[in-house]
Amino acid sequence: MEDNSNNSRRKFLDKGLKLGLVAALGGIGLSKLTSKLNAKSTEASGETVELMTTEGTIVQVDSSAVVEIEHAEDHDTKYNVREGMPNRKFVMVVDLAKCKNALSCQSACNKAHYITGDNAWLKVYKMQESKDTAPYWMPTTCQHCDQPACVTVCPVDATFKRRDGLVLIDNDRCIGCRFCMAACPYSARIFNWSEPDQGEITLNLDMLNHTPSPEHGGAPSVKGTVDKCDFCPHMVKEGELPHCVTACPNGVFYFGDKYEDTVTNGDETLRLGKLLEDKAGYRLMEGLGTEPSVYYLPPTNRSNTFEEGLENYTEFQSVEKPGES
Amino acid sequence: MKNYDTLLKDLAPRQFNRKGVIWTSVLVIIIIIGAIAYIDQVRQGQIVTNMRDYALWGIYISNFVFFVATSFVGAVVVSILRLTKNEWRTPLVRIAEIITLASITMAGITIMLDMARPDRLLNLFIYARLQSPITWDVIIIPTFLVISFLLLYFPLLPDLAILKDYFKKTKPGLSKMYGKLSLNWTGSEKQKALQAKSIKIIAILLIPVGLVLQTVDAWLFSTTYRIGWDSTNMGGYFISGAMVAGVGALITVVYVIRRVYKLENYITELHFDKLGKLLALACLIYLYFNMNEYLIPSYTPSKGESIHLNTLFTGSYAGLFWLVTVVGLIIPAIAMFFKKGRKPNPMFIFGLIVVIGSWWKRFIIITPTLLHPFLPIEGVPESWRHYFPSLHEWLITVATLAMALLIITLLVRYFPVIPIQRTAEEKKLSKNDLKEVSS
Repeated sequence: MEDNSNNSRRKFLDKGLKLGLVAALGGIGLSKLTSKLNAKSTEASGETVELMTTEGTIVQVDSSAVVEIEHAEDHDTKYNVREGMPNRKFVMVVDLAKCKNALSCQSACNKAHYITGDNAWLKVYKMQESKDTAPYWMPTTCQHCDQPACVTVCPVDATFKRRDGLVLIDNDRCIGCRFCMAACPYSARIFNWSEPDQGEITLNLDMLNHTPSPEHGGAPSVKGTVDKCDFCPHMVKEGELPHCVTACPNGVFYFGDKYEDTVTNGDETLRLGKLLEDKAGYRLMEGLGTEPSVYYLPPTNRSNTFEEGLENYTEFQSVEKPGES
Repeated sequence: MKNYDTLLKDLAPRQFNRKGVIWTSVLVIIIIIGAIAYIDQVRQGQIVTNMRDYALWGIYISNFVFFVATSFVGAVVVSILRLTKNEWRTPLVRIAEIITLASITMAGITIMLDMARPDRLLNLFIYARLQSPITWDVIIIPTFLVISFLLLYFPLLPDLAILKDYFKKTKPGLSKMYGKLSLNWTGSEKQKALQAKSIKIIAILLIPVGLVLQTVDAWLFSTTYRIGWDSTNMGGYFISGAMVAGVGALITVVYVIRRVYKLENYITELHFDKLGKLLALACLIYLYFNMNEYLIPSYTPSKGESIHLNTLFTGSYAGLFWLVTVVGLIIPAIAMFFKKGRKPNPMFIFGLIVVIGSWWKRFIIITPTLLHPFLPIEGVPESWRHYFPSLHEWLITVATLAMALLIITLLVRYFPVIPIQRTAEEKKLSKNDLKEVSS
């Protein structure tokens, strides 16, 4: 009985192997054949064209060999949007000693991400730990945690963590359960409760042939899905700094790459490690274990007074409505 | 009910009387209004609710938790009383099974009402990630739904065969439906053995699955960092709370059915007495977990915790908090200690209070926590700092409650609420009687 079954198995394997081999050969043959059929006529047409090579010499080529190819816009920087830019690890440093609540960061962010709702992605909080300690202004973005609670709870992988440190949202996949918002301890997430009133923006984006991407939040925002600060990978990709960094008149925000150990606020470029060591950098709610990518420098030796910032402070508003200002 | 005929006449489904028709029509109207409100919500977006970026979950979620909780009654009354061989459960099991099926069905529907993109429902399966508690819910709710359906259906089989014969002359159409549904039940020993075994497996299965369901529901909250949710107490807290809500719902529904169908001979004061004791037990266990959840943390509260607890004890939610704790939990428990409290009429009142209290209890668990995030609420309209449901939310929520009641009403209308065959066997009405009727 056992012999028999062994035997039949051997037979089966043998036959299977042969069949597989034949199928593989057939497949190769078929693909060769189809590639031949699909190829444009390779016969010389007789006409020739002159072309310049990259070295600068003129060559003559049969016109049939000249085929139009699609122009690759970014073939050096091609990467999977969900994987992230290879060998990068983006970080931000926020120097609280410099923040005067100028709010240029917020309006630049609102503008760049077409934020028209009632809740900005970038907030500047009026902070005071206790009655006897000094008040200060604290800008917050998404903290792009390395242990992101929002990503853990997302049921559909709509919000995801990339190797380059960014936490992004795929607005085409989000089901609008808002679990990520409940999970985020930094209140960084914003919901599109209704059809976003982005007006002409969406129309313009259409005309520019813009394809919505998790790398550019808010362009456009999608009803019933979550938005948040994305660290502006669409700018970083072009070698530019995020909008809040360039907009800040006081150089509060430093953006950079942890692997390169450098951060810059546009004016000065510093070593990340040294900066954090010299100024005793820390992260928000370190005790939760979320491992944020945003570092804060304590508000010591301030060049400004806290009161200066009160002028701009609006407790109930973070997005300017059209017609105001 | 001296003989089998009276038994059958008492327990066979009956047509709605005038009150029944009015009751059902009112429920249908409420559901239609809710459906219109929901369509409007889908069209305009959840802007029609009063939920915003801070109060990001509202009564849809607390209502969902309530439905999940009441669905636990099947596991308690049917399975646990079965395992502990409590014979008095017989006239109550089917009502408990019906409540369970209606509640879990509505729980599944209610959680979808909270999804802002119901058009992307399939993403939950296409892109499912096992690490998300929502995926656990997606797995456990349908599982529980199937099990509770089977637990209602399998014990019904002999009764369906009886009803097929009972209605043969008077209502041939109905009789045919019962015949189809009875899956050719003849009452042979083989069938009986198979049925008994199946019911046993399902009844036992319902306990772990029910416990998992309640616990997963608790984990939806305790897997976050939020103060008031991030608690290791949540699993037991939700299970015991579910027992309170479930038994409360059972008492209320049993009372109404007993009155409408005049089943005083079958559901006696003894049953209410037993249910009262069960409710007292449930309330006491729940109180214990409430102490762990609120009282003990107040001894060494962190700053955030003390803000949260103060809101509940003395702040803006104090009225509701003490109402659901004292009136909805402590007073009913005390009332159940007395024999007079366990009479049908007071029990109905307390059952109703417990159910309403259970509903608002879920509101108290969900809303205050969301309004106390770690960072201050700034830069948003003042109204975002508070939450009270909008008209749309109320209409939709009331419609889900009406739909649960409609499911219960229809099941009670078409199926015997008290197991006919089992009651006959227990009352030792002879088999001859049985055969006489069925032949």
